Amino acid sequence: MQIENKKPLIVAFCCNWCSYAGADLAGNNRLNYPAEVKIIRVPCSCRVNPMFILRAFQRGADGVILCGCHPGDCHYTSGNYYTRRRMALLFSMLDYLGIERDRTRVEWVSAAEGAKFAATMNDFVEKVTALGENKRLEDLRCKK
Amino acid sequence: MQRIGVFVCWCGSNIAGTVDVQAVAEALKTEPGVVFSTNYQYMCSQAGQDIMKQAIKEHNLTGVVVCSCSPRMHETTFRKTAAAAGLNPYMVEIANIREQCSWVHKDMPTGTEKAIILGKAAIAKVNLNTPLTPGESPVTKRALVIGGGIAGIQTALDIADAGFEVDIVEKKPTIGGKMAQIDKTFPTLDCAACILTPKMVDVAQNEKIRIFSYAEVTDVKGFVGNFTATIKKKARYVKEDVCTGCGICTEKCPQKKVPNEFNLGMDNRRAVYIPFAQAVPKVATIDPDHCTMLKTGKCGVCAKVCTAGAIDYTQKDEFIEENYGAIVVATGYNPISMDKFDEFAYNQSKDVITSLEYERLMNAAGPTAGKLLRPSDGKHPHTIVFVQCVGSRCSACDEKGKEYCSKICCMYTAKHAMLTRDKYPDTDVYVFYIDVRTPGKSFDEFYRRAVEDYGVHYIKGMVGKVMPEGDQLKVRASDLLANKQINIDADLVVLAAAIEPDKSARPLATMLTASMDTNDFFTEAHPKLRPVESPTAGVFLSGACQGPRDIPETVAQAGAAASKVIGLLAKDKLTCNPCVASSNEIMCNGCSSCANVCPYGAITYVEKEFRQPDRTTLVRRVASVNEAVCQGCGCCTVVCPSGAMDLKGFANNQIMSEVDAICK
Ligand SMILES: Cc1cc2nc3c(=O)[nH]c(=O)nc-3n(C[C@H](O)[C@H](O)[C@H](O)COP(=O)(O)OP(=O)(O)OC[C@H]3O[C@@H](n4cnc5c(N)ncnc54)[C@H](O)[C@@H]3O)c2cc1C
Ligand code: SF4
Ligand code: SF4
Ligand code: FES
Repeated sequence: MQIENKKPLIVAFCCNWCSYAGADLAGNNRLNYPAEVKIIRVPCSCRVNPMFILRAFQRGADGVILCGCHPGDCHYTSGNYYTRRRMALLFSMLDYLGIERDRTRVEWVSAAEGAKFAATMNDFVEKVTALGENKRLEDLRCKK
Repeated sequence: MQRIGVFVCWCGSNIAGTVDVQAVAEALKTEPGVVFSTNYQYMCSQAGQDIMKQAIKEHNLTGVVVCSCSPRMHETTFRKTAAAAGLNPYMVEIANIREQCSWVHKDMPTGTEKAIILGKAAIAKVNLNTPLTPGESPVTKRALVIGGGIAGIQTALDIADAGFEVDIVEKKPTIGGKMAQIDKTFPTLDCAACILTPKMVDVAQNEKIRIFSYAEVTDVKGFVGNFTATIKKKARYVKEDVCTGCGICTEKCPQKKVPNEFNLGMDNRRAVYIPFAQAVPKVATIDPDHCTMLKTGKCGVCAKVCTAGAIDYTQKDEFIEENYGAIVVATGYNPISMDKFDEFAYNQSKDVITSLEYERLMNAAGPTAGKLLRPSDGKHPHTIVFVQCVGSRCSACDEKGKEYCSKICCMYTAKHAMLTRDKYPDTDVYVFYIDVRTPGKSFDEFYRRAVEDYGVHYIKGMVGKVMPEGDQLKVRASDLLANKQINIDADLVVLAAAIEPDKSARPLATMLTASMDTNDFFTEAHPKLRPVESPTAGVFLSGACQGPRDIPETVAQAGAAASKVIGLLAKDKLTCNPCVASSNEIMCNGCSSCANVCPYGAITYVEKEFRQPDRTTLVRRVASVNEAVCQGCGCCTVVCPSGAMDLKGFANNQIMSEVDAICK
């Protein structure tokens, strides 16, 4: 079947201070995770506009994960609290639209948690792969 | 259209081992805007940087993409290189193809394919980059130290030594902190007062240092180099500049039954008091909760006996505002309350005391003038049981205590045991411990002396229960090494209580937007590399407010914090991060959503005139970002309902273009 052969496309937003550093640490420790994950660096998880996530799905991403500092540890003190609430709202809307819950995720990964970063990505990619392609939100007009 | 140069780094075999760098450089050549693409073994080397500089000049580049290691590693390096070639440094973007590609993927085709996509995303972003210029802000050349314990004292002295002004705000009537209450200090056993009080005098006499004692910081605004703090000077009902500290009032005050907090309530003081003989500033303070004059209007004895005329019953709290370039937090610690530890009978027997109380009992200036006497009946105790780790190293689910090790208790308990045996060889001293931790310089030797030379009985095990019976304390404990229960009839039980940050630290952290760990100790910017800076620029950490520590460590950290402050105050101007928010005034509707979420209060509103199509003028309220205050988190950009707010360097269209490039 065609769906199962295609590798999923995953966008990961990582805040500069914790999760991006956590991803770097996963690299330093040579912890493998699937190449389908492509990271975009943002200053803080609260910089991620829900629009960016919708845009990714529209352009054919199969899963979007947002990583930030643990609650209480945000470099800007309160950014990730906003993230948490915003994403709860966005995800429930996506749920309503029939987008599988496993296609989106918020995860707190500190700069010291390289192993958690790799494990999270392995698990997320596995779940998204199992769901197959994102057909519902993909905008075919964006396809060339 | 930009003219972009792409530089793919091999990083020796670190990248080139899993990524076909040649193919990446080749594939990126045809991306929009790219006019030059190459690869080189080590882009960060001098030769690599020269290649970049030359290409910038030769091809008139307006943007640069480096496919290399993490931007956290070399973003600054490559920005400097670009700047040296005349390009705006913020026109450089990094595609992280090492930590996030070659090091985490195994085979060449996968690595190469991902590296190309990451390169494309960076190119898409650079296409939308705009040159940014960091702003500058001036530096107020004065520091604020909050807390006047040994940490605050040492930091202030070191900063003043370098020629900068320092203010110390101490909430108690005197500086000195916990060290002033300690008798002798491990590991050398020199007397705390002999080494502390000369420093307190130095502080008092230093022209660069002002002490605001009996004062608190109630508000902090601003940012690195430009803080404004509001300091509340509590009314002490004594004119500080008139009082000579003669102490006559503290002898004549008829209100004699006020528990003396300096001796932890083990004796009494008057309603007007000087905490201890060497207090700095040496000024009397009237305790409004116990002064009959202040409560009922009848008395006035102190005013009558004060020959200097310093008493002023009408004094009010005073608020002053001061500007500072840097702030040092030195709020220290306190032993935790023993209320929850019923098993040790702390609230049932006066002869169960904490270690800090024991310090006062041993101290010549303490309630017993240095004689070791039981608080209950004033008799000399013959059997003393010390219990270590009371409330320290508890399991996470135990709500009574703390999970961490309080670090100083093993050493001060060894000190107490040793001093006791030294002064009173007729006493039996038992110490119950879980582990004895003595990793400092000369520490283990110190502890072994207690055991080997002073005959202190160290027993590995926990005390299960202390039961007052008659005038004795029945101590039931386990000896884990002998694997048996033991019962001791003790005269005095001393609890090494865990220590915790001062309760005022949490609201202070909120004021300073400085972060704390789950135990309310202040967190450092980096646990290894930036241990005395808080993550908030311009806020530094000194002493036990950051974690349990002894005096040598506190003093070392205090000096380190001072040197960081001096480094900051020595600058005339600070460059600010240019990746800040800015609002499009035409789109902004003045709704205040952004100002509400900004953690730094960087957004204010200004009235702007707009020309209407019919040539009339409309005045509207629009958001305006203070670029020196904004830290660039971007929270405001997401809440803005009109899409007016955007973040430079991480603009909506830039991030979106990265998304598009990845999803193509
Ligand atoms: C029983 C005992 C024995 C000890 N013996 C030894 C020893 O022998 N050798 C050794 O090296 N160490 C010893 N220590 C440890 C020592 O006390 C600490 O290392 C040291 O006091 C830490 O200094 P500090 O200035 O950080 O904190 P502190 O001494 O606690 O000083 C903090 C100061 O800040 C003030 N403050 C708090 N909050 C505010 C606020 N919001 N605004 C304004 N002011 C504020 C407090 O009033 C206090 O004056 C002992 C500790 C105990 C409990
Ligand atoms: S980017 Fe963050 S710090 Fe800057 S104005 Fe917006 S919310 Fe405030
Ligand atoms: S949220 Fe947007 S519209 Fe509202 S005040 Fe801020 S910039 Fe203006
Ligand atoms: S900086 Fe990491 S979540 Fe805010």
